[in-house]
Parts: sequence; C-alpha cells; structure tokens
Amino acid sequence: MRDRDDEWTGLMRAAISGDDGSYHRLLKLITPALRAAARKGLARAGQPGDQSEDIVQDILLAVHLKRHTWNPTAPFAPWLFAIARNKLIDTLRRRGRRIFVDIDDFAETIASEPPAEVVPAGEVALHLETLPARQREVLQLIAVDNTSIKDTAQKLAMSEGAVRVALHRGLSKLTANLRGS
Amino acid sequence: MKMETEQLIRILAADNPRRSLSVGQVLSMALAAALPISLALFLSTLGVRPDVMLAMHNPFFDLKFVVTLSLMISAIAVGLHLSRPDAALGGWVGLLFVPIGILAIGIGWEMMLPQRLPMIVRLVGSNSKTCLLAITLLSLPLLAAALLALRHGATARPVVSGAFAGLLSAGLAATLYASHCPDDSPLFVATWYTLATLLVTAIGALTGARVLRF
Repeated sequence: MRDRDDEWTGLMRAAISGDDGSYHRLLKLITPALRAAARKGLARAGQPGDQSEDIVQDILLAVHLKRHTWNPTAPFAPWLFAIARNKLIDTLRRRGRRIFVDIDDFAETIASEPPAEVVPAGEVALHLETLPARQREVLQLIAVDNTSIKDTAQKLAMSEGAVRVALHRGLSKLTANLRGS
Repeated sequence: MKMETEQLIRILAADNPRRSLSVGQVLSMALAAALPISLALFLSTLGVRPDVMLAMHNPFFDLKFVVTLSLMISAIAVGLHLSRPDAALGGWVGLLFVPIGILAIGIGWEMMLPQRLPMIVRLVGSNSKTCLLAITLLSLPLLAAALLALRHGATARPVVSGAFAGLLSAGLAATLYASHCPDDSPLFVATWYTLATLLVTAIGALTGARVLRF
C-alpha cells in the first residue's frame, strides 16, 4: 500500500513537471482501484454496480480538471480518494438515493483487488455527441483512433495549439454537461 | 457510441501539458475585478466620511480597519485551504479568532477609557441600519466573484467554503464601509458589523451549497 502510494505520488509529480507518459501510466494504474471503490460504494448504497464505469470516468475527469488543487509536497492517494469519494456521493445524490459512503471504502482499497472486467460506459460518450463538431472530432481522433496531437492537427488542418485548446475546452464542457445531467 | 475508460485516459493524457492557474491566483483576479464595482457603488452612494483626516487620529477609527482586514485575510486563507478536496478543517477555523480577538481587545481597551456616551448609546450608534444594508449590499459583487473563483477549486465542503467566501467578502465590504461609518466604538462594530457579516456568510453558505459542488 505504501509502495503503491509512493509510486502514484512520484508519477503525479513527474506528470506535473511535464511527463505525459507518467501521467498516462498513473491514470491507468489508479483506474482499477477507483473501479473497485466505486463498486463497493454502490453496493453499500444498495445500488446496482452496472454504472460503476460511469463513476470511474467521472472521477478521472475530475482528477484531471482539478489536479491543480493537489499539493505536490503531499501524498497523492488521499487527494485522489477525496475526489473519488466526492464524486460517488455526488452521483448517489443525483440519483436521489440515501447517501451512505464510508470513507474506508476509499482509504482501504487493496492494491491486489482482482481487476474487474471493463464495462464500456455510456454517459461520457453520450455527452460527447453534444459537443461542437471541432471539439468532438479532436476528442474522437485522440480517444478512438489513438491519434497524436500532431497527427490530429494535420488531419483536421488545425495548428497544434488549436488542437490543444479544442481538447481542453471539450473536456471542460464534457464535465459541465455530465454535472448538469 | 460507447467510450471505453481506456480511451478517456488517452484524451486526458494528451491534455496533460495544459496548466491551470491556482485557486489563489483566480481568487485574486476575481476580487480585483469585483472590487471596483463595490467601490464605485460605495463612492456614488455613501462616500468617505467628511472628517476622515481627523478621524484617522482616533485609534478606534483605525481599529475598524484592522478588524475588517484581518477578517478578510483569515477568511481568504481558510477558503483557499478548503479548496483542496482532502483538506481537514482542523485548526484552520481558529484563524477567525484573530479578528474576534482584536475586536475583544478593542472593547476592553475602550472600557478602560473615560467615555462621554454611555455604553448602550455607543453600541446602538447612529446609523446601524445603513451599516447593515451597506455592508451586505457592498458584499454581493465580491461574494459572487469569490464563489466563482472557488468553483475553480475542489472543495469537499461546499457549505463551509461558501460561508468563508461570505466572510471574506463581508470583510472587504466592511473595510470600504468603515471609512464612511461615523460610529467608531468597538461595541458598535462587534454588534452591527458582525450582524451584517453573519448575514453575508449565510448567503455565501446557501449559495455555496449549490454552486461549489464539483
């Protein structure tokens, strides 16, 4: 657990100092822990676990857009699980269910949790459709076709800067739409 | 079309170079933008009291600014702290004892001096209604700005964060108002400034509950 936390913290520090590869690795590493926590939280609230992947994606978006609120001198895991807990409570509230989230669900997620099968989520994708065409195209090229920023720029006849802006705006908008639903 | 989490991660990783401003930077910019609105509102309606040059020699006039500014600074510190999702409230709320303590010392100090007016007259003052109304109204543009800025953060306690947005905007609005206010007694400040501040804090808490969830 301690090793895991140290690894996450190290990767996040590297990510902030500009290492995109570390960031990608970190997000992949935390996803199973978030998935396990989301399932546990849903089960505890008496909710079916089939929408846990929506919550995982919701948490990942929040981690990304709020990462400036992480203090790089502090460990990463408590911050991550605070975000996760908040998102789970938020989801349950929006569904109008009684809220009963035990913080231990997040604090004690065991690293050796068996990897859950990946359920493709619908919510994020659904909102993708509502984005302006440019933003949607950029997001889809990067997400679905695994295109680099550079190639995306070439394909869409945009500058790399414009691709980055569209990417970020699309993400922010996606989050805003998710919140509104 | 369904999006796999793997794909979402790819998008997020591609957006890694994007850097956001800190919540503190956004809050400073928001307050700098809203302050001229409150200031214009203040100068066009109430304005600085005419005997201000003389009043500045009265330590109790000056004390009002120490109290209101220390309230603002403490509230900003706690508000920014709470904008981190993993922040513990802990001893931070104790910062509020700075303005409260300064005000208490001021009251004790005034008690020890011979006074022309009885205590109750100093407490009731001459313009308590204006005080309540002015501090509350002058706070609103600042409160809106503070709440917008705190939305850039990720608080796990929207109500408490909203309350601190209220406290900081009331502190700043009271600083403006203090330069008009003809009542300098710390007893007056402790009564009416506090009442107005609590009102703004309540508005902040209620609004925060709605707008500061992330």
